[in-house]
Amino acid sequence: MIRVTRKVEFSAAHFYHNPDFSPEENRRIFGKCSNLRGHGHNYIVEVTIAGEPDPATGMVLDLVELKELLQREIVDRMDHRHLNYEVPELAGKIPTCENIVAVIWRLLEPKIRQGKLDRVRLYESPDLFAECAADSNGARAPRKEGKRA
Amino acid sequence: MSERLKISLTRRYSFAALHSLRSPRFSEEENLRLYGKCANPHGHGHNYVLEVTVAGPVDPATGMVANLGDLDPFVGREVLEAFDHKNLNEEVAEFRQCVPTTENLCRAIYHRLRAFPGARLERVRVEETSKNSFEFAGESGEAVQGAP
Repeated sequence: MIRVTRKVEFSAAHFYHNPDFSPEENRRIFGKCSNLRGHGHNYIVEVTIAGEPDPATGMVLDLVELKELLQREIVDRMDHRHLNYEVPELAGKIPTCENIVAVIWRLLEPKIRQGKLDRVRLYESPDLFAECAADSNGARAPRKEGKRA
Repeated sequence: MSERLKISLTRRYSFAALHSLRSPRFSEEENLRLYGKCANPHGHGHNYVLEVTVAGPVDPATGMVANLGDLDPFVGREVLEAFDHKNLNEEVAEFRQCVPTTENLCRAIYHRLRAFPGARLERVRVEETSKNSFEFAGESGEAVQGAP
């Protein structure tokens, strides 16, 4: 099996706010991301497709097709947008890296016609990324709340 | 849509430290042959980059696998304060018993971070230089070596 990764970038605004939390809780849990006036990032998305190369073409998939798919599903939808207000898939969700990467996975996964979506990685900054993959063993972990730096 | 997704969060940190690769089990010649210039007894240093990956369910209330407000101070307390601007051979307890190769460093960091209460520690990855990186994902896996 071969993995092919294509990278795409978009810039967007967001803030973190849960209406069920008090203003103090929003500040404590989300830190400076709770500023309701918002802030933004240059996001980088790495999309990895896994499959066997077609013997006739030597390719797992048509990269032009993938490029157009990423443009349509990610860039056209999210670039220079406010993720809290303008991306319906994120409505009612806190637009964290974790939630955005899951939305991107669900947008792309049914539309990959050659190969299989293996991994989506979303960088919010060079020092922070979330990654999404199909869960093979149903991992579970405890939770704890706190403040995002 | 019904497919369950596995979400992980990776945070990148850095620290600078000295090490010297020498084992008391080997002769001077053997140390030199095995570790090359890394065996210089005066030591040398690196700007290490540490990637910490945690995984688990995304809390619907916060949208997070783990809150960086918890993870950053934990990594700071357990690893960065102990390793940054330190002599790994002389000032870090784990390396009294073993050579501070980056393989062993990965393992030591993994064990220090395993108790993180906010999410499951999935993996640590350490870049010794931009050309060498090492990963450790727990005892069931092997510490593996590879290019970044």
